Amino acid sequence: MSHITPSFTTFLLLTIVKIVVVLVITLTAVAYTVLLERKVLGRMQNRWGPSRVGPFGLLQPLADGIKLFLKEDMMPLAVERPLFVLAPIIALSCALISISVVPFGAKTMVGGVDLFQIADLNIGLLVILGITSIGVYGIALSGWSSNNKYSLFGSLRASAQLVSYELALGLSLVGVVLRAQSLSLRDIVNSQSAHGMRSWNVFGGCQIIGFFIYLMAAYAETNRAPFDLPEAESELVAGYHTEYSSMKFAMFFMAEYANMITVACVATLLFFGGAGSPFGHLFDGFASTGFLHAVLPIFWFVAKILFFLLLYIWVRATLPRFRYDQLMSFGWKFLMPVAMLNILATALALAYHG
Amino acid sequence: MVPIAYYLVLAAILFSIGVGAFLIKRNIITIFMSIELMLNAVNLTFVAFAHMWHQISGQIFVFFVMVVAAAEAAVGLAIIIALFRARQTLNVDQVNLMKN
Amino acid sequence: MQTALFIIFGLLAVLGALNLLFQRHPINSALSLIVVMMSLAVLYWSLGAEFLAAAQVIVYSGAIMVLFVFVIMLLNAGEEERTHGSQIAYIAGIPGAAAIFCLLTFVFLSEKKQLGTTQLGGYLTSAVSNITEISHTLFTSLLLPFEVTSILILVAILGAVVLARKEL
Repeated sequence: MSHITPSFTTFLLLTIVKIVVVLVITLTAVAYTVLLERKVLGRMQNRWGPSRVGPFGLLQPLADGIKLFLKEDMMPLAVERPLFVLAPIIALSCALISISVVPFGAKTMVGGVDLFQIADLNIGLLVILGITSIGVYGIALSGWSSNNKYSLFGSLRASAQLVSYELALGLSLVGVVLRAQSLSLRDIVNSQSAHGMRSWNVFGGCQIIGFFIYLMAAYAETNRAPFDLPEAESELVAGYHTEYSSMKFAMFFMAEYANMITVACVATLLFFGGAGSPFGHLFDGFASTGFLHAVLPIFWFVAKILFFLLLYIWVRATLPRFRYDQLMSFGWKFLMPVAMLNILATALALAYHG
Repeated sequence: MVPIAYYLVLAAILFSIGVGAFLIKRNIITIFMSIELMLNAVNLTFVAFAHMWHQISGQIFVFFVMVVAAAEAAVGLAIIIALFRARQTLNVDQVNLMKN
Repeated sequence: MQTALFIIFGLLAVLGALNLLFQRHPINSALSLIVVMMSLAVLYWSLGAEFLAAAQVIVYSGAIMVLFVFVIMLLNAGEEERTHGSQIAYIAGIPGAAAIFCLLTFVFLSEKKQLGTTQLGGYLTSAVSNITEISHTLFTSLLLPFEVTSILILVAILGAVVLARKEL
C-alpha cells in the first residue's frame, strides 16, 4: 500500500513505460538466451558454437532475427487458416503476459508507482499459473490447424504433457504459499528476505523437495529436454510447429524461450528469495545510497535467472529424452504423490510451529 | 459504479444464449459446451449476489459449481468418446437406437 | 473504471456466446466459449472475487476447455450438419430462450433499485483478503462438503477411465 496515491495519468504513463521497457528487455533476453544456449551447448559438446557474426558471435541473434523476418511466410494449402495464424500469437502473448506480475527488484516507489513490477496483484502466483494454462491452446491449436499428422501427434503429446505436469507444478508451489501465507509474489519474496540465504524457501524453508518437483515439472511445462518429446526431431519431424515458417515459427521459438525465462523467474521468486541478496542485510551499509540500493537487487535477480538458464542448458546437454509412457508415469505416479506429501509435511510442520 | 442488475442481466443473456444453443445445436460436444455456458452464467449471478450482500457464501457456491463442472466434464467427455467409438457420429439426431 | 471494464468484457462475453451459437465447427465454438470464460473471469475480479477469477481461468479455461478441445481434436469432429431434429428445436428453442431472457431481465430491471450498485475495491481491500475468507469458510464450517467433493472427483476420474477404455 503506497502512501502517495498517483494520479491516473502518471499511473497510466509510468505503467506504459514499464510495459515497454520490460517487453524490450524480455525479448532481448530471449534472443540472447538462444545465443547462450547455442554457445554453452557447443562448448559442452566440444565445439565452438556460433562465432562468426560479431565478436564472439554476439550479433548472432540479430542475424537470426533478420533471417527469420525476411524468410517467405509460407501458408500451406490445407491448413485451418484463422486458427493457424492465431496459434503462435496465443503462444507468444501468453508467454509474455506472465512476466507482468514478476517483481524484478526491491520495492522502489516513484510517484506512487512501483518501478520494478508492472502489477502487484494479490493473486500474482495464480495469475502466472492461469496464463501458463492458457498457453496450452497455442500448442494444441497449432497442431490441429496444421492438418498434418506429425503436427497433430506433437500437439496432442504436448497438451497432454502440459496438462499433466501443471498439476505437479501447482502442487509443488503450495508449500511455499503456505509458508508465505499469501499469493502475492511480492509478499512471497518478502517472506524470504530476513536472513539472506538461510531464509530462502529452498534452504531455510525446507522446500527443497518442492523445488525439485517444481524444476522437473517446469522442464516439462516448457517442453525442454529431457521432456522435449512434443518436438522430438527423430520421431515427429518438429512436432507441432512442423508446418510453420518465418515469423510464425519465430513466435513459437520466442514463446519457448520466454517461457523458460518466466519459469526461471518463478523459481527465483518462490524458492531463491527473488531479488533479495544471498547475504541478507550483511552489506546493507555498503549499498545504502539510492542508486545502488535500487540496482543491486536487480543484479541478484538477473544472476539467479542466469543460473537457472544455465541449468536448463546443462540438463539439455546431459540427459537423454524420456519415452512418452515414462514421462506420463513419472509425472502422475512420482511427482504428484511426492508433491502432495510435501504439502502435508509443510502443513504439519507449520501447524506444529505456529 | 455499475448497478448489480446489469450484471444479472448479462448473466440472463448468457444463460438464454446457452439455452438456445443447447436446443439448436446438433453436435453433442457443442451441446455439452452450452451446458457449461449456462453454468457460467449462473456463476456470474452467484458472484454478483455475493458482492451485493457482502457475503462469501455466493463465492463458495461458485467454487463448488466449478468442482462439479470439472467432474462432469471428465465423465461427460468420456461418455462422448465411448459414444463416438460405438456410433462413429457426434450428431445427436443419429443416436437413436432406442427410438422406434 | 468499473463501467469500462463491465462494458468491454460484458460485450466480449455476449459476442463470444453468440459466436458459440452461430459457429458450425465445434472447435470454433470451444474457442468462443473460452473467450466468454476469460471475460467472466475479469468480471468476477471486478466484483471482488479474485480467487474465483483465478480459479475460473485455471479450472475452466485451463483444464475443462482444454479437455473439450482435446476431445474435439481426438475425434476430429467435423462441421455439424443440420438434420430434421434441429428444425423442431428452432421452433421451440428460440422462443423459449427469448422468453427466459425476457422474464429474467424484467425481474432484474424492475428490482434494479433494491439490488444496489457495485463498487470496485470497496469489498476487496477489507482487512481480510478474499482468499483468506474463502479458505476460512471452506475449512471450518463447510469442511464436510469440501472433503466430499474430493470423493466426487475421485469417482469422476474412475468413471472417466472406465468409460473411455477400449473394451466397454
